[in-house]
Amino acid sequence: MTQVLLGALSLGLLWAIMTIGVYITYRILDIADLTVEGSLPLGGAIACVLITQKVNPYLASCIALLGGCLAGLCTGLLHTKLKIPALLSGILTMIALYSINLRIMGSPNLSILRQPTVFKPLTTLGLDKNLSIIIVGVVASLLIITLLYWFFGTELGSSIRATGNNQKMVRAQGVNTDTMKILGLVISNGLVALSGALIAQSQNFADVQMGTGSIVIGLASLIIGEVLFGGRSFYRRLLALILGAVAYRIIIALVLKMGMNSNDLKLFTAITVAICLWLPQGKELIRKIKKSMVKEGA
Amino acid sequence: MLEIKKLTKVFNAGTVNEKTALSAVDFSMKPGDFVTVIGGNGAGKSTMLNCVAGVYPIDGGHIILDGHDVTRLPEHKRAKYLGRVFQDPMMGTAADMNIEENLALAYRRGQMRTLKWGVTNAERAKYKDLLKMLDLGLENRMTDKVGLLSGGQRQALTLLMATLKAPKVLLLDEHTAALDPKTAAKVLDLTQKLVEENKLTTLMVTHNMNDAIRLGNRLIMMNEGHIAVEISGEEKKSLHRADLIALFEKSSGSTLANDRMLLS
Repeated sequence: MTQVLLGALSLGLLWAIMTIGVYITYRILDIADLTVEGSLPLGGAIACVLITQKVNPYLASCIALLGGCLAGLCTGLLHTKLKIPALLSGILTMIALYSINLRIMGSPNLSILRQPTVFKPLTTLGLDKNLSIIIVGVVASLLIITLLYWFFGTELGSSIRATGNNQKMVRAQGVNTDTMKILGLVISNGLVALSGALIAQSQNFADVQMGTGSIVIGLASLIIGEVLFGGRSFYRRLLALILGAVAYRIIIALVLKMGMNSNDLKLFTAITVAICLWLPQGKELIRKIKKSMVKEGA
Repeated sequence: MLEIKKLTKVFNAGTVNEKTALSAVDFSMKPGDFVTVIGGNGAGKSTMLNCVAGVYPIDGGHIILDGHDVTRLPEHKRAKYLGRVFQDPMMGTAADMNIEENLALAYRRGQMRTLKWGVTNAERAKYKDLLKMLDLGLENRMTDKVGLLSGGQRQALTLLMATLKAPKVLLLDEHTAALDPKTAAKVLDLTQKLVEENKLTTLMVTHNMNDAIRLGNRLIMMNEGHIAVEISGEEKKSLHRADLIALFEKSSGSTLANDRMLLS
């Protein structure tokens, strides 16, 4: 059981980076960006190919991040320059990335077994694999939320936040909202690809299918984080994303342990997310029902 | 300061819904002018303001701001010349950001956004003083989200934001129309105060004839995409509603049958 929980914890921390990326588009920019389903395997593909070419895994992960940034740029340009709705722009990039990822890897999946990874230096010190992943995951995700906390406090970051809020007002203040949206998508997909690179290294292979359903996993983690750990300050909200991603993995590990067929996982996740997205309205509904019952009672 | 030459704007060109909102409008403002714009629904008042602000491309003519031809500049690039307040109090501020963040965004209007900190402590002190002047108690709520404020408070804040960095031209688009009469009067007083203190060149669209007469040194009345009546100086000071209606009927050759404008 401990091993199961440690496994869930380590996986959750790597997916946390992806969740942070989803947060930037979904919550800050107010765009549901499906690019992530392609940029996650893109990150994995780039990292694994480079690692098989004997590139340092840390450098390979950074290049994977840049690859994700390019994917975000592509969606951003489709959306702002060609005026294609954001959702559709993301889908187009995602579909295109499927072919691109196959091209990068040369096959549907690519193993890096017995190759160096970012976790290797820790495992060679004699640490358990899961523990190594947890250490890397904690360091990476905390570093990222600290950087983002700083960034979204700057003039540029504030303008991105405002763009997600009220574009008309932002333009009236002399900011190009198209540039802000592109920038947000670039940062978001960069993080998602980095997450994909780390996930691939933790499982020793990249797979062209590894991104399937990732947007839903990201949203589930985001909402679980907000509901269970959310707070008022921005740093607290970012921290809640990491905790949410971990909580999601622990929930999944537990339901699997309880005997759920792993093929049903995505159905389970989709239903969970649907319920979570309904919750704010649901709370209102329950409040109204209670109110009317009190009235009838009186 | 602002020069509009032969400004034409057609909506839905080439369709059955084609509507010429502005046809070859000529208009100019000297520095320090405070022009009120009045007219019925569809007269082209707001369209003119939006064309100046660059909300949509125009179909003919030129717009010159402070000596620069901005006709082809996108909205965000014209922003450095313009302070804007919209009719909808929700439109001028970012609801999920706090008061000081909103002010800081406006304080950097027209400037390149960098990686410097979004709100500095020196700015905070300045904002606090300015908010005190509004007399709405906002100086003690600087880290409150703007979404928590009332419509009137938000509009007062938007007005402050629009003038925080003195604009070449202040564009007010029926900015009190959505407020209750008491709040509207307060926001209008504030408008007058800010315009006078900063000697701002101001273009104010309104539905309220009394406000149009009372405020500013010039008044224009629009009808069907034209400027139908223009009054300034001493003539404006002695102007009454009846005169205005008569002038309008004379110049447009029709009776003024716009309820909203007559009632106000």
